[in-house]
Amino acid sequence: MENPYLPYPVRIDKIITETEDRNLKTFRFVFLNPEDEEKFAYTPGQFAELSIAGKGEIPIGIASSPTEKGFVTFTVNKTGLVTTYLHNMNEGDVMGIRGPLGNWYPWDEMEGKNVIIVGGGFAFTTLRSSIISMIDPANRSKFKDITVVYGARTPGMLLYKDELAEWEQRDDINMHITVDGTDDPDWKYNTGFVPTITEEKITSADNAIAIVCGPPIMIKFTQPVLEKLGFPPERIILSLEMRMKCGIGICGRCNIGDQYVCKDGPVFSLAQLKEMPSEY
Amino acid sequence: MTDKIFSKEEWLGGLEALRKTYGVFVPVKDGDFHTFMPFDKGNIPDFDYQNSRLSPKSVVYPQSERLFEYTLDKADSEADIVKESPKDYSPRAVVGIRPCDVQAFQIVKRNFDNPEYRDPWWVQHFESTTLVGLGCNEPCSTCFCTEVGGGPFNQEGLDVLIFDMGETYLLRGLTDKGEALLGKITGGSPADDQALKNAEDLAASASKKITSSIPTDKLKEKVTNDLFNAPFWEEIAFACLNCGTCTFLCPTCWCFDIQDEVLGKEGDRIRNWDSCMFPLFTLHGSGHNPRDNKFQRVRQRFMHKLKYYVDKYDNGVQCSGCGRCVRYCPVNIDIREVCNLMNNY
Ligand SMILES: Cc1cc2nc3c(=O)[nH]c(=O)nc-3n(C[C@H](O)[C@H](O)[C@H](O)COP(=O)(O)OP(=O)(O)OC[C@H]3O[C@@H](n4cnc5c(N)ncnc54)[C@H](O)[C@@H]3O)c2cc1C
Ligand code: SF4
Ligand code: SF4
Ligand code: FES
Repeated sequence: MENPYLPYPVRIDKIITETEDRNLKTFRFVFLNPEDEEKFAYTPGQFAELSIAGKGEIPIGIASSPTEKGFVTFTVNKTGLVTTYLHNMNEGDVMGIRGPLGNWYPWDEMEGKNVIIVGGGFAFTTLRSSIISMIDPANRSKFKDITVVYGARTPGMLLYKDELAEWEQRDDINMHITVDGTDDPDWKYNTGFVPTITEEKITSADNAIAIVCGPPIMIKFTQPVLEKLGFPPERIILSLEMRMKCGIGICGRCNIGDQYVCKDGPVFSLAQLKEMPSEY
Repeated sequence: MTDKIFSKEEWLGGLEALRKTYGVFVPVKDGDFHTFMPFDKGNIPDFDYQNSRLSPKSVVYPQSERLFEYTLDKADSEADIVKESPKDYSPRAVVGIRPCDVQAFQIVKRNFDNPEYRDPWWVQHFESTTLVGLGCNEPCSTCFCTEVGGGPFNQEGLDVLIFDMGETYLLRGLTDKGEALLGKITGGSPADDQALKNAEDLAASASKKITSSIPTDKLKEKVTNDLFNAPFWEEIAFACLNCGTCTFLCPTCWCFDIQDEVLGKEGDRIRNWDSCMFPLFTLHGSGHNPRDNKFQRVRQRFMHKLKYYVDKYDNGVQCSGCGRCVRYCPVNIDIREVCNLMNNY
């Protein structure tokens, strides 16, 4: 019988330290059995359980894009037991990945629309996946303008710095990078909190859909900005976090009302969330 | 469907014989209470009981179960690779299980065996189990199975139903699995019309003994957030100790945790029953906890059983009316009262 709890064995192919506090690392994994890569076919917005024998499993958003072949990547914040252990692992080590899990951003609905991406802190992972996928030559024409507001506390806390610089150079994506504050005189981009920069830079909700990922406080203050711009709650998309175990809607841990964040989410529209108990 | 009459001695002898083909679980007197245990030399079945204190859910869904195993020994070429633990899915029979506890399996099946994912351990344990139910001649005062779609002689989900007729048992095979089990028991005689009528009378009179009236008819139409924000949760939860007894004993509570355990270089991934009554259940690594307060956890338990489940499956409440949580809650929190509050809100 098929076992949805069984991880695919993977090897850590590359580890990149992303931030100046060394608390965020990106892990690139290669499947030990090449046929597993196909079974792991995913869509941006989904997550997976990273499985470490002897330590346990953690749900982590998929940071790579399906257009990138031969590996999958995840960016992990050092928090507790499993994430700390993972941070101390080395390239070449063997572990497991289980998934892909959960739903994804509403790609069908986003086609033909202006896409606004608002991200804060280390929740930028599945947004990176989305951006890489959207600007792929095979996909770019499906979307109108793509605008990104991405903020971190300091320049050194931004993820994917090389790619951000590269996206800044492109003319098919509008980047608005910001930091809460910096004493770097050479800082080329914005200074200010994400909601403020969003208010400054985003001018219209016309034919647009907004995807918002970040710490609760950022989401709380970005929401009214978007609503003021005229985004109806159906076109404000959020990705939630809950403590998880099974990842497949069976262990009963991650519910909000009758929805399991692991299976029915993690992606919900604000309209959906308004119908659900505010218990997250 | 076969109806057969056995003398009580014949039936006990038959059960002994069943052990050749099945792992047989029976209610065994254990101190002041009864518990389902494997029928062997030390464990003598006692069918003169009301219900086991612990529900028999553990036969299909053990309190602690090894799922996977692995070696951490780097000298092994398979080090760190998680593998399925071997399992024994040979046939089992739970004999003497009450109809409410059988109904509970039907309730949790919607979770473990759903159109998207099938939990391999639950499904295979369940499919290899034959449920031989024993009707309740004398339901307890805390039972309310008739109010939640069941009844003391409810046949739904049973493979065999036993009527305790005093001197004899009437056994009714209800499924192929049940008939196969009955076929392995020698003796007995076909039930005549009088015996069948006596059995029906027994069932009817048992139903009448359940006097609780707990309407659930309006739960579905209620707005989730109205119930969620209702003013009564703090008061309901006031005395709760968050001890977890209710969820632990409940045959329809299914939540679990998954943990890795290592001894030397060998490790297992196991799952353990868990409880929404514990704050750790929802605690994020960041320290944030969506159900930090006791009343939120108590609300979750009742909302899950009486609203979220109802909405999700459109197939009744997540409660079989066994009454265990009512009987054993140290502070007398009563799901029947909560259900009334919710249904009438
Ligand atoms: C859909 C989703 C996507 C996520 N994506 C990312 C990501 O891209 N990068 C990242 O760094 N973090 C992400 N997280 C958060 C990450 O899962 C937790 O930080 C992590 O589980 C903490 O594990 P720990 O063992 O280090 O912490 P501990 O506090 O020791 O946790 C013990 C166990 O509890 C569970 N747990 C604890 N906190 C959480 C939590 N917030 N969410 C889910 N389960 C939890 C896990 O099973 C964990 O192993 C995501 C969470 C979810 C639900
Ligand atoms: S048994 Fe009673 S006191 Fe214990 S957690 Fe359940 S409701 Fe609370
Ligand atoms: S909620 Fe209480 S009465 Fe209902 S099935 Fe569980 S233990 Fe029995
Ligand atoms: S993590 Fe198990 S139900 Fe969502």
